[in-house]
Amino acid sequence: MASIPMHQGLLLAGILFALGLVGLLVRRNVVFTLMSLEIMLNAAGLAFVVAGARWGQADGQIVFMFILTMAAAEVSVGLALALRIYHRFKSLDADAVSEMKG
Amino acid sequence: MVPVLGAGSVGLSAVVAIIITTNFLSSPPPGNHFTQVLWTWIDVGGFRPEIAFYLDSLSLLMTLVVTFVGFLIHFYSAEFMEEDEGYSRFFAYMNLFVASMCILLLGSNLLLLFLGWEGVGLCSYLLIGFWYKDPVNGLAARKAFIVTRVGDTAMTLGLFLLFVNLGTLDIQELMHRALAQWPMGSALPVAAGLLLLGGAVGKSAQLPLQTWLPDAMAGPTPTSALIHAATMVTAGVYLIARTHVLYSLAPAAQLAVAVVGAATLILAGFSAVTQSDIKRVLAYSTVSQIGYMFLALGVGAWSAAIFHFMTHAFFKALLFLGAGVIIESLHHEHSIFKMGGLRKEMPVAFWTFLAAGCSLAGLPLITAGFYSKGLIIWDTWSSTRGSAALWGAAVFGVLLTSLYTFRLIFLVFFGEMKTQVHKRPGFRMMMPCVVLAILSVLGGYVEAPVFFGNVHPFSEFMQLALPPATEGPLRGMSEILSETLVTVAFLIGLYVAYLFFIRKREYAEAVTTRAIAKSLHRFWYTDWGMDWLYERVFVRPILWFARVDKSDFVDYIYSGIALITELLYHGVRKTETGRLRWYAAGIAAGSIIFLAVVLFL
Repeated sequence: MASIPMHQGLLLAGILFALGLVGLLVRRNVVFTLMSLEIMLNAAGLAFVVAGARWGQADGQIVFMFILTMAAAEVSVGLALALRIYHRFKSLDADAVSEMKG
Repeated sequence: MVPVLGAGSVGLSAVVAIIITTNFLSSPPPGNHFTQVLWTWIDVGGFRPEIAFYLDSLSLLMTLVVTFVGFLIHFYSAEFMEEDEGYSRFFAYMNLFVASMCILLLGSNLLLLFLGWEGVGLCSYLLIGFWYKDPVNGLAARKAFIVTRVGDTAMTLGLFLLFVNLGTLDIQELMHRALAQWPMGSALPVAAGLLLLGGAVGKSAQLPLQTWLPDAMAGPTPTSALIHAATMVTAGVYLIARTHVLYSLAPAAQLAVAVVGAATLILAGFSAVTQSDIKRVLAYSTVSQIGYMFLALGVGAWSAAIFHFMTHAFFKALLFLGAGVIIESLHHEHSIFKMGGLRKEMPVAFWTFLAAGCSLAGLPLITAGFYSKGLIIWDTWSSTRGSAALWGAAVFGVLLTSLYTFRLIFLVFFGEMKTQVHKRPGFRMMMPCVVLAILSVLGGYVEAPVFFGNVHPFSEFMQLALPPATEGPLRGMSEILSETLVTVAFLIGLYVAYLFFIRKREYAEAVTTRAIAKSLHRFWYTDWGMDWLYERVFVRPILWFARVDKSDFVDYIYSGIALITELLYHGVRKTETGRLRWYAAGIAAGSIIFLAVVLFL
C-alpha cells in the first residue's frame, strides 16, 4: 500500500484544526460549538496517527483511542449542558449565557 | 498594710545597707571591693554581660544614702499621701524607684547600670505624672522623659563606642583596658567621655538639658524630695565618678564636665533667685548644687563630689519635705509671696527648714553644706585641673545660693502672716524632718578641713575606690583663705536677702519696677529663655513637620504599589466578559503566541 507522505497528513490535520477553531470562534450556537470542538479533537487525533505511521509505532493509534474516549465523555457533558442551557434561556446562543462578568 | 509594706521594705533595705557598711568598715573585703555574680544575662557572640553586683566604697556609700534617705521619705509619704486615692500606686512606684536606683548603683557592668538608669527614668516619669487627671502634669512627665531621652541617646552611643573599641562593658575591666590601650588625651576617650557626659547631663539636669527638672515639680512633694533632689538626679554624678579613669585619660572631656558644672551652678542660681513657687526655687537650687558636684568631678575632686552628694541628699530632701509640710498646711499654696510669718506657727518646720537652708547656703563651721561645698571650692583652686575662673564661679555661686535660700526663708517664715494654717503635720511627717535636720548639721563632721580639726575619714573611705585630688600648680592661697572668702560670699548673700526681704521690702519693689530689671527678672524667671528657645528651635519645627507630613512620605512607596495593582486590576477586569467565544479566542491567541515564542525565539 502506497504510504501517504507525512507532511500531507499533517497539513490535513492542520487544516482541519484551523477549520474547527474558526467554527468555534464564529458560530454562536452551542451545538455547532460542540461540533467544531469535535473536529479539532479529530484533527489532533489525525496528527497522532500520522506521526505513529511515520515512526511505525502503535503509540499514535493508542493516543487516538484515548482522544476518542475523551471526546465521547466531553460530548455527553457538553450536550447535557446544551440541554440545560436551552431549558433555562430558551435559546442555544452562547453569547446569551454571559451572565458571569468580572 | 500599704504603708507597712511600702515604707517597711525600704526600711529593711536601709537596715541591710547599714549592716553591710559596718561589716565593710570592720573587715574590708580583699581589694576593698566585692563582686556577686548572679547569672549571665545575655550571651551573643563576644557580648556577655552578667547580672552581677559590684560593691566598693563608692557604690556602698551611695546605696546607703539612697536607702536611708529613701526610707525617711517613704515614712513621710505614709502620712503625706494618706488621703490620696492612689496611695498604694504611689508606694508601688516609689519602691520600684528605689529598686532601680540600687541596680543602677550596684550594677557591675554598664549595661546593668543602664537598666537601672532607664528604670529610674521610668519611675520619674510615672511619679511626675502621678496626678494624671490634670493634663499639665502629664505634659511635665512627658517633657522630663523626652528631654532625658536626649541624654540617654548620647549615653547609648557611648556604650556602643566603648564596647566596639574595648570589647567589654564590665566597668572595672573596661577601665583596665582603657588604661592599657588608650594613650592619654587621644580622641577615643574624649569621645566616650563626652558621650557619657551627655547621658549624665540629661539625667542630672545640667546645662543644656536642665529644663525638665523645674517642671518635674508637678509630682507629689515626696517624689520631688526623693527622685528630683536626693537620689536620681545625682545618677549622672555617680556615672562620671564610676568611669573616672576615662575622664583622667581625656582632659578635654573632664574640662567639659567642669565647665558644664560651673555654668549650670551660676545660671540656675540666678533662676532660683527669681522664682515664686517654693518648689521651683528648690528645683533650681538642686540644679545648681548638682552643678557643684559636676564642677568637683571636672577638677578631679572625686570624693568631694560624693561628699557633696551625701550632704545635699540630706539637706535638699529635708527642704522638700519641709516645703511639703508648708504646702499641705496652707491649702496647697505654692507661692512664697502668699506665705509668711510661719516661724511662730510651725516651730518644728521652721527650725528643721532653717537647719537645711543654712546647710544649703553653707553656714560656716556648723553645717554639713559648708564642709562639702568648701572642699569642692578649695579643690577647684588647688587641683591640677582647677583654675581661678572655675574657683571664682564657684564662690559667686555661694553668694547666689545664700541669697535665694534666705530669700525663701525670710519670705516664708518671717514678716506678717498671709495665709492661715489649717492643718498641722503629725509625727510621721515631722520625724523624718528632724532626723534629716540632725544629719544636715552633723553630716559634715566626717570630713573637716586642715585648719579645723583636719580629720578625713570620708576621703579615706572614698579613696578605696576613687583616686585623691592631685595638688596643682595654683598657689598663693591657703585653704583657710578660700574658706574665708566663701564665708564672705555667704554673708553678702545673707545680708542682701535680709536687706531686701526683711528690712526694706520697698527696695525689692523699687528694683523690680525698673524696665531693665523687669525684663531681666522675666528672663531669669523663665530659666534664661531656655524653654522659649527649645520651643522654637525643636518643638515647633518638629510639630510643623509632623503636621505637614501627616501622610508620611515613606508611605508613598507602598501606597504607589497598591495604586499600580489597582490600575492593573481595572484593566484586566475588562477582559472578563462572560462570553464563551471571547475566552476561546483568548486561549487560541495565547497558544499561538506561546508556540510562536517557543518556535521562533
